[in-house]
Amino acid sequence: MSISLKNRSLISISDYTPEEICHVLDIAEDFEKNPHQNLLNGRIIASLFFEPSTRTRLSFETAIQLLGGNVIGFSSTAGTSIQKGESLADTITMVASYADLIVMRNPIEGSARFASEVSKVPVINAGDGANQHPTQCMLDLYSIRKTQGTLENLEITLVGDLKYGRTVHSLVEAMCHFNAKFNLVSPVELKLPSVVKQHIKDRNLEYHQYTELEDAIPHSDIIYMTRIQRERFPDPCFATPCWRTPSPTAVCCTRCRASTRSTWTSMPTRRLITSSRHKTASTPVKL
Amino acid sequence: MEKKKELTVSAIENGTVIDHIPADKVFQVVKILGLDRVSTPVYFGINVESKKYGTKGFIKASNKYFETEDVNKIALVAPTASIIEIKDFEVVNKQTVTIPDSIEHIVKCFNPNCVTNKEHDVPTKFTVIKDAQGNIKLHCHYCEKNTTQDKLEFI
Ligand SMILES: [Zn+2]
Repeated sequence: MSISLKNRSLISISDYTPEEICHVLDIAEDFEKNPHQNLLNGRIIASLFFEPSTRTRLSFETAIQLLGGNVIGFSSTAGTSIQKGESLADTITMVASYADLIVMRNPIEGSARFASEVSKVPVINAGDGANQHPTQCMLDLYSIRKTQGTLENLEITLVGDLKYGRTVHSLVEAMCHFNAKFNLVSPVELKLPSVVKQHIKDRNLEYHQYTELEDAIPHSDIIYMTRIQRERFPDPCFATPCWRTPSPTAVCCTRCRASTRSTWTSMPTRRLITSSRHKTASTPVKL
Repeated sequence: MEKKKELTVSAIENGTVIDHIPADKVFQVVKILGLDRVSTPVYFGINVESKKYGTKGFIKASNKYFETEDVNKIALVAPTASIIEIKDFEVVNKQTVTIPDSIEHIVKCFNPNCVTNKEHDVPTKFTVIKDAQGNIKLHCHYCEKNTTQDKLEFI
């Protein structure tokens, strides 16, 4: 069975079947081995950043350049017609007539799905507010597969802000395809929303909730740490870091940036993936 | 015979009777259907005894018939309602409302940061999720958030 993603948008990780996700990861692996492929030669890629995001934008734009494509677009709405009140539909329709592909970052939730519906060229969602950031999820999956050698039957421990962290929700959704077992470690205030837990239950998969990381470490293949996003909390006492650093025996995998720089799924990460199976350099990480 | 007794409360010659509305949802149904803005007679009852549901509410709208889209709107707040069309004092059509699998245009997404609320030319679109208790949630096609029944707001 051959998988073609030609002209497909990527808006939400749930749009892709497990086979399609693996296909993307396979392509990424090939890019890692051969970063300089002239696949986008003669192509124009629009990079539309309705809010600044330096890492995401530079990752995409570097990847496009490495693949021989040209970039048009903007890194914030300052000085664009959007500030004059141009509608999203009009902006996207206009850009789609110039570009072969649109990469869009927009703080409005659902804007990427809408853009993909009005655009005649595919749209890659580079983050739509608190909703989805599927390429980041692809990168997490890539890192997990790279360190573990597989995505199947893993026990994954998610740590930190499980309530608001959108990457956590997408990762849970994606890992549910691969028969994962979940350990959820968070303060009570930041527990995984019941909608996401229901998703695990619907798949007949297991999850366990903990408040102490130590309890989950012994049986984890992957430890996925999230940054506590201070800006989300009305009460500053929740924003005080309450997480000790992982035990010194844990092996950290923080090589995402280096290992996937050349792929379009590229996304430097501030998060920490700790692997128990694969020995890579143990680097202290600032969360 | 029983039906006859119900309808005689204020029988209408032509129009629609919406029966078996949850007692506390009558005013909401009136508003959703725009019956607070019509010039034709509209009768309604609340806390009326019902064999099936304990108490119920009903609306009788003279010279008014509803489209499927309007019936869908009713289903969201009054899933047990039945729609009875009357012509010359006779029941010509009776149907129970069904909650559709998807809802477009008629309900607002509760998420203020949703593209359907931020851009004025994006109509709302939801998938209806029904849980084991019969509660309804509307899953937004765009922002992927769920609007629960208590946050339902009609456009
Ligand atoms: Zn929405």
